[in-house]
Amino acid sequence: MTAVPEVLVAEHAIEYTYTRSTGPIIGAFLTGLRDKQIKGIRAIDGRVIVPPVEYDPVTSDDLHELVDVGDAGVVTTWSWNATPVAGQPLDRPFAWALVRLDGADTGMLAAVDAGDEAQMHTGMRVRARWADGRVGSIRDLLCFELEGDLA
Amino acid sequence: MTEPVTMVETPIRLDYSYTPGVASSRFLRSLEHGQIVGQRCPRCLKVYMPPRGACSMCGVATDEEIVLDGKGTVTTFCVTNVPSPGLTPPYVTAWIRLDGADITSMFLIQECDPAEVRLGMRVEPVWVDESERQPNLGNIRYYRPTGEPDAPYDDYKDYV
Repeated sequence: MTAVPEVLVAEHAIEYTYTRSTGPIIGAFLTGLRDKQIKGIRAIDGRVIVPPVEYDPVTSDDLHELVDVGDAGVVTTWSWNATPVAGQPLDRPFAWALVRLDGADTGMLAAVDAGDEAQMHTGMRVRARWADGRVGSIRDLLCFELEGDLA
Repeated sequence: MTEPVTMVETPIRLDYSYTPGVASSRFLRSLEHGQIVGQRCPRCLKVYMPPRGACSMCGVATDEEIVLDGKGTVTTFCVTNVPSPGLTPPYVTAWIRLDGADITSMFLIQECDPAEVRLGMRVEPVWVDESERQPNLGNIRYYRPTGEPDAPYDDYKDYV
């Protein structure tokens, strides 16, 4: 029987960065984020979908009518993330929420920097917090914060 | 910037801690000392390199350690003509059956014209300097021809 050696541990990372073409609709959405303008798209039934999609979710028709929406809105549902991991929008506890922006008919998944879970409730108003040095990426929209905090 | 966004980079990354376990830890420690340690299955007598602590065919523990001298025979190879990080094409990767082992392992073949590499070629490891050794397979920089006569086909036919 051989002696049990000290067990080794090594830190590994596996990473693959895709470079993808955005297409005209997502490209317009990202271009808008660079200018602090969130864009949705009008569906066949008249609803405004945010983020915009290329095809109608019901009829599958091509969609073209981009619509500017507000950068504030209402939390329609949320889940508290008490232990964020590397790469998430915030390095402190935050909420994942669906935010229905003013002028939109669908919820957009985003982080809400509420500070404490007790601050979160469905129906609350939140407003976008923008990054400095925006480049046309979803990360230009850092997160949402409680609208009252901006006073 | 006024140009519309048409391209986006989407990184996908996984960070993880690898714990090799007892058998692999002994193997990796042996590399640190310029040795290659395999394990023999007590039932089928096949030698695993790298060892995993158990025979995957027989399902029994493999306690007996076998020290291999590192020399081996090319059983399959590939000449790559596109660049990879740290490698200048054309370069050769080969599955090598180490003497005394019953599994092949992949290594680079260097100090040799790629056109010279062939099945049955006898090769030996080139180790990094003793002062630079770590408990990982990077200690073997590459394999190179030994100059010995090629191994007879029967020696490696089951590994092609």
